[in-house]
Amino acid sequence: MTTVTTPNGFSLNNSGRRMVVDPITRIEGHLRCEVNLDQNNVIRNAVSSGTMWRGLEVILKGRDPRDAWAFCERICGVCTGIHALASVRAVEDALAITIPENANTIRNIMLATQWAQDHLVHFYHLHALDWVDVISALKADPKATSTLAQSISPWPNSSPGYFRDVQTRLKKFVDSGQLGPFMNGYWGNPAYLLPPEANLMAVTHYLEALDFQREIVKIHTVFGGKNPHPNWLVGGMACAINLDGPLAAGAPVNMVQLNLVSSIIDRTIDFIDQVYVPDLIAIATYYKHWDYGGGLAGRNLMSYGDYPVAANNWSDANLLIPRGAIINGKLDEIMEIDLRDPSQVQEFVDHSWYRYPDEAIGLHPWAGITDPNFELGPHTVGTKTDIKQLDEGAKYSFIKAPRWRGHAMEVGPLSRFTLGYAKGIAEFKEPVDKVLTDLGLPLGALFTTLGRTAARGLEASWAAHKMRFFHDRLMENLRAGDLVTANTEKWEPATWPAEARGIGHVEAPRGALGHWVHIKDRKIEAYQAVVPTTWNGSPRDPAGNIGAFEAALLNTPLADSSQPLEILRTLHSFDPCLACATHVIAPDGSELVRADVL
Amino acid sequence: MTSDRAIVVLGIGNILWADEGFGVRAVEALHEAYAFPPEVTLIDGGTQGLALLPLIEAADLLVVFDAVDYGLEPGVLHLIDDDDVPRYLTAKKMSLHQTSFQDVLGLATLSGRLPGRMHLIGVQPLDLDDYGASLTAPVRARLEAAVAHAVAFLARFGIIASPRVADDPAEPLGPASVGRESYEAVA
Repeated sequence: MTTVTTPNGFSLNNSGRRMVVDPITRIEGHLRCEVNLDQNNVIRNAVSSGTMWRGLEVILKGRDPRDAWAFCERICGVCTGIHALASVRAVEDALAITIPENANTIRNIMLATQWAQDHLVHFYHLHALDWVDVISALKADPKATSTLAQSISPWPNSSPGYFRDVQTRLKKFVDSGQLGPFMNGYWGNPAYLLPPEANLMAVTHYLEALDFQREIVKIHTVFGGKNPHPNWLVGGMACAINLDGPLAAGAPVNMVQLNLVSSIIDRTIDFIDQVYVPDLIAIATYYKHWDYGGGLAGRNLMSYGDYPVAANNWSDANLLIPRGAIINGKLDEIMEIDLRDPSQVQEFVDHSWYRYPDEAIGLHPWAGITDPNFELGPHTVGTKTDIKQLDEGAKYSFIKAPRWRGHAMEVGPLSRFTLGYAKGIAEFKEPVDKVLTDLGLPLGALFTTLGRTAARGLEASWAAHKMRFFHDRLMENLRAGDLVTANTEKWEPATWPAEARGIGHVEAPRGALGHWVHIKDRKIEAYQAVVPTTWNGSPRDPAGNIGAFEAALLNTPLADSSQPLEILRTLHSFDPCLACATHVIAPDGSELVRADVL
Repeated sequence: MTSDRAIVVLGIGNILWADEGFGVRAVEALHEAYAFPPEVTLIDGGTQGLALLPLIEAADLLVVFDAVDYGLEPGVLHLIDDDDVPRYLTAKKMSLHQTSFQDVLGLATLSGRLPGRMHLIGVQPLDLDDYGASLTAPVRARLEAAVAHAVAFLARFGIIASPRVADDPAEPLGPASVGRESYEAVA
């Protein structure tokens, strides 16, 4: 093929050498990526494919809407609470159930906790290894590492002896040959730009973050009753509160537990502000000229808005995370979004392994159809059970292609921060401007892979401080004597209308998430979820628009054409989550089941 | 082991994918049939990854129920001990943030807090592809044997499981709606 230009303005050329990366490692679920490289090893065509079918719709049909959240918790090993929250919001919206102030505040604490924990884990345990060379850390001088660490942060764990100990531990681990989480890294690739000391500092904080992240989720245990699958409730939260009550299993949340939450919040703020953010800036200093991976960033982006301060009020003024869409890079023109409008959010499947009666049109999720249809295009190389090369001219992914008013959109922390910045909201604009000024970069530098990664770090700090804000708000309300956490007025199905439709939306750590529910005769009639990775990882649509992953990969040069480090770096910057694949594997490590075989 | 030892019995897998749910269903069945002394914690781990790390690191003795491919006849129970457990559980996979329990064990190794004893009670699955289905007949038929084995294994360490009586049933491990009976009623 010669070069074609997509309606959303990207040039594609698939004449060069094809490179297949499958699976993309360090993500939830199964993602495959194929690119064409030109003679200079620059990516000129990109194809991203979700190779795993997920049909929540099948599981939920016929079930009690009040139970839907418990099934949604099982979709995925990462986004557990997020799907549960979207689900209870959808059912409450359908049945016009309002929630008490305390329930709203506690949900905001739960959500902010999830953001802080998820962003931290994503940065250190999934994404940092795209920037940090673990093996190089073994060559670092612990004393110089200490000097570096002390120059960027007051964090106390920074003595030469401390870094020497970690280095010894790491060496022992590497020498054992069981690299575990560090297996299959592209160590030594020329695209790694950090000096050994920065690598050692980052690996050290990888270990500290691992220890720390477990503290954060104790908040979910307090308010959700248990971990790893916290309890949620249509109409509020399942936790009763009794400030003076005893501390016992099954007893209401008491002052001891609320104080524990408060102390965890303080430590979360310290860790993120003194370790995560300084590390991010230090790493960015070495990579600031690697300005690839923008794609739809700064061009087409969207947020559904979240964190309602007062309960049951979704007006713009009441939301701490702004709502809106930006099209064609017009940052001064923020468009309103309406998730009920059938002409706004639509999912297309002409390039997805599903069947619609008419695949030229998109369907609003309330009218959504999930009918799998695994068929390969004529230019596929290989067979259904062993695909060597996908045919992107035909169906090539189990991800549908959602569009907003026909546009492919990017969602996630960078989109949220861009909206906040465009609206001139200080708590988004000021930290962005500070980072850009410190690094000596223009605003355009934000719309890159590195910018996406930086926005997530700034957002982790934002979320940690909002945990404090909402905890203070909760304590104030409780001390004023309001202990109510649930509204059970419409708990009994007899109080419901014969038929109802609702939407539950959440700004998940990775971006805009929506659940659309249709309730009929007290049971779920239909359910559709459009998840952030569906937006970002979407395949082409009937008009030929490419999705955010594909757009972001274009024009990136690979330093070593046999190692897709830069591809991983950009895809990981979106924090993709393709929901749980089956995890059973044969003892020799070969996969027993490929989820792409229907 | 001392009296303040911690024992964790963990069921992992996805209940929405047929025999993938074996681990969760087994720990549920164990919990429904027996009560344990306080040092024993039964956990429905689902497909959680990192969230399981602190629970595992807290254990001196870890018993895991899971569906594992041994290349045997469907429903066959196979037992694995200690260092062989991570080798058998989910090799290769992608990493931490996902369902890969092996990586969680790798991280526990890195942190120096891997449980001193580990025991995997695995079942050979028949079907992992049937989304929305429950356990297949050959796998379901071994739930009782898996539970009995766990009880016998724990007894070797002096852990006495007390059979529950009909008029004092267990509080379910998770919401009743995703329990096996309720799940299968609609599935």
